[in-house]
Amino acid sequence: MDKFKLRIVTPERVFYEGEADMVEMNTTEGQIGCYPGHIPLTVIIRPGILSIHEGDEVKTAALHEGFAEILPDSVNILAETVEWPDEIDEERARAALERAKKRLESKTDDLEMSRAETALQRAITRINALK
Amino acid sequence: MASMRDIKRRRTSIQGTQQITKAMKLVSTVKLQRARSNAEKSHNYFDTMYRTVCSILARVGETDHRFLKGNDSGRKAVIVITSNRGLAGGYNSSVAKLVTTNPDFSKGDIDIYTIGNKGYEILHRNGYNIVRNLPDIIEAPTFADAMGLTNILLESYSSGEVGEIYLAYTFFKNTVTHVPTLLKLLPVAPIDEDGDGNVDSIMNFEPGDEEALDMIIPKYIAGQIHGALIEALASENGARMQAMDNATSNAEDMIDDLTLKYNRARQGSITQELTEIIAGSQALNG
Repeated sequence: MDKFKLRIVTPERVFYEGEADMVEMNTTEGQIGCYPGHIPLTVIIRPGILSIHEGDEVKTAALHEGFAEILPDSVNILAETVEWPDEIDEERARAALERAKKRLESKTDDLEMSRAETALQRAITRINALK
Repeated sequence: MASMRDIKRRRTSIQGTQQITKAMKLVSTVKLQRARSNAEKSHNYFDTMYRTVCSILARVGETDHRFLKGNDSGRKAVIVITSNRGLAGGYNSSVAKLVTTNPDFSKGDIDIYTIGNKGYEILHRNGYNIVRNLPDIIEAPTFADAMGLTNILLESYSSGEVGEIYLAYTFFKNTVTHVPTLLKLLPVAPIDEDGDGNVDSIMNFEPGDEEALDMIIPKYIAGQIHGALIEALASENGARMQAMDNATSNAEDMIDDLTLKYNRARQGSITQELTEIIAGSQALNG
């Protein structure tokens, strides 16, 4: 068993469906990479870069929120937002980054802070995905 | 017999109505196509989400998690998804009936969250306790809307205000068949495993079981609500299309009938005039 089935779906579309050798993503517990034959595991996704390794090809995408079910022969990622680099509007992401930074500096209540933090993470992920 | 003028006036009025129903049918046909393609696209997520949660629950084994066990509160929350506009046949009333005729729901101990003005009107008139009406969501359902509603509901569930959460919507089977459906969202019902064979392997969670379920279940519920909203929108347009199609063909029948009556009346009046003329001339000659 050297490949597993990878399926990434969002409420709007099927983002990716195919085979992969390895997939990397950011979770609440840190960066993980999984190969075929992984023990059954459910992880919660944190904003980060998703990379799909298939043969010599590596595809990257910005993955923002959701969870993943990892099984020995398949990985299901249920994402709320996931974007290919060419779907990202760089200027918008940079503007969002600035906005979030400003909001974090002008410390307000907790709810506002956690929102700004999420926005910041999203913006950083988007910008990183473009590199 | 009605006079020619009366028949004509009535026929014109029906023709006017028919034009409206015809136009509405066309509009809802276009809207249905869009809603249906949305429903198909989101179906994948809905489906995968359902299967994933089923397999997680099957593998997690016995747990006392609050979302799976329920709490002591006897109150039930029901989300009722209807449309904002009428002229859709029995679409809205059949969803409302899921609530009003359900023997498990007694008026006193259910809290209703309506999405769509029609459902609000019907249930309000019947004296149900309506906590919130969110008519804007159904116009263009997004996942964020569903998540917002989920958070409100989970808050009242976690604080023990309500013990069970239901969802009443119309399942879009195909263009002509729409099934009013009542779904139990919380506590998540134990699911009968369809014999996958994978059940023996134990699911691991990162972070721990509790935290992971805490985060997954809200997403699961939001996914269900979002899916239901999209299905309901497709059903609404399907129901309206059918209702308007029937109305148009009924109008056609009435117009045919009235045309026949009008012609008969016209002929009758000509015959009468002729008879009068002939009778008159005979009287003069005689």
